[in-house]
Amino acid sequence: MEERRVNVTVNGEPKVADVEPRMLLAHFLREVLGLTGTHIGCDTTNCGACTVNFDGKPIKSCTMFAVQADGHEVETVEGISRASELHAVQEGFKEEHGLQCGFCTSGMMMTAKALLEENPNPTEEDVRWALSGNLCRCTGYQNIVKSVLWAAEKMRSEAAVRR
Amino acid sequence: MYPSRFRYEAPRSLSEALDLLKLYGEDAKILAGGQSLTPMIKLRFTSFEVLIDINNIPGLDYHRADSDGTLHFGALCRHSDLEHSELLHRQQPTMAAAAPLIADPIVRNRGTLVGSLCHADPQGDWASVMLALNGEIIAASAEGERVIPVSELVVGPFQNALRQGEIAVEARVPAPKGTVSGDYLKLERRVGDFATVGVAVALESSGSTVSRAGIALTGVGPQNIKATAAEQALVGNSLNSGTIDQAARLAAEAAQPKTDHRGSAEYKRHVVQTFVSRALANRQPARAA
Repeated sequence: MEERRVNVTVNGEPKVADVEPRMLLAHFLREVLGLTGTHIGCDTTNCGACTVNFDGKPIKSCTMFAVQADGHEVETVEGISRASELHAVQEGFKEEHGLQCGFCTSGMMMTAKALLEENPNPTEEDVRWALSGNLCRCTGYQNIVKSVLWAAEKMRSEAAVRR
Repeated sequence: MYPSRFRYEAPRSLSEALDLLKLYGEDAKILAGGQSLTPMIKLRFTSFEVLIDINNIPGLDYHRADSDGTLHFGALCRHSDLEHSELLHRQQPTMAAAAPLIADPIVRNRGTLVGSLCHADPQGDWASVMLALNGEIIAASAEGERVIPVSELVVGPFQNALRQGEIAVEARVPAPKGTVSGDYLKLERRVGDFATVGVAVALESSGSTVSRAGIALTGVGPQNIKATAAEQALVGNSLNSGTIDQAARLAAEAAQPKTDHRGSAEYKRHVVQTFVSRALANRQPARAA
């Protein structure tokens, strides 16, 4: 069984591991690094539960091999809060009740975070468009969209205070 | 782990990739965006001894226009690059309309135009766009480069005309000779689904006369269909309700839809007619030459 060495920065920390090339990035994160916040839902590139940010852009980690992350940066839901302080997106999901069962939530939040970094002032339409690759079977999306808009507003007001 | 075992190579240059392809021969497969290939490998619909990942090769992520308007798309130009491309919004409305309708936003961050064309999924959207635009693929090998029209690239479902030892390095859209307009309309049950029906329309006009017409259909046959009779009905004429109706009818006749979970054959044929008519009537102009 031939393994390859992978050097990857995960949530800001360098990680080194030897993995079989056929190991999916989602399995690497969950089983090798123990980062089980990234969920595996449909396993067919449909649902987006496994979404992580790869060099800042959301990708489906069930549809990439771990060896492909060599030399790249991966951010998972475990990496977005700072110490005990939740990220604005996480706070938004809490404040606006953006989840029921919670299975899709980490993927939703990673997509939302990437959206808000690119577009700090999205319209509801922008949010719905950005989240259209992440499926939720509980909420009907209403509160998820509200959560992201809540986070956008919070991040804008924080940015205004810093200026 | 779902896929069967494979060897992984990550070349840093095109020549290294071509050497590896020569070394491993038909056991090797090129991995670009991987948004179609990886799911197929996971489901074991297909397997390869060696995957040659071209994502680490610099200089393939471009898309650009020559001064005559010829468009070039590198093998690592991703759907999301095209979705946000100012160049396409300015110059190529059919592609600009199609890009945001490919798969879903997360898949678009990885998947590539060239990879999608080579994958030759009969349900693929880009092949219709490229058929309407007379697009081409540039295949590189140790012997040099050759040009393959997209109409000849697809030889069957999931089968392309690349020869052993060749890598598709670029897609190309020839320079337009007239004023460009076009659109891509797609009916899908939900975001990320394959098209129930897709219609690509690409026109070049001189004054009010259509000098070149490209019309191609997605999801209504064993492969993407170029609606040649509908195209010919427009060339040399101006667009009016008569010519639009005629082209829409001929395109619907060219469709070979099958009844399935996305709709009945009759329904799909009707959608083709409606979409061709709508795309011709509401087509988007290129903003600048």
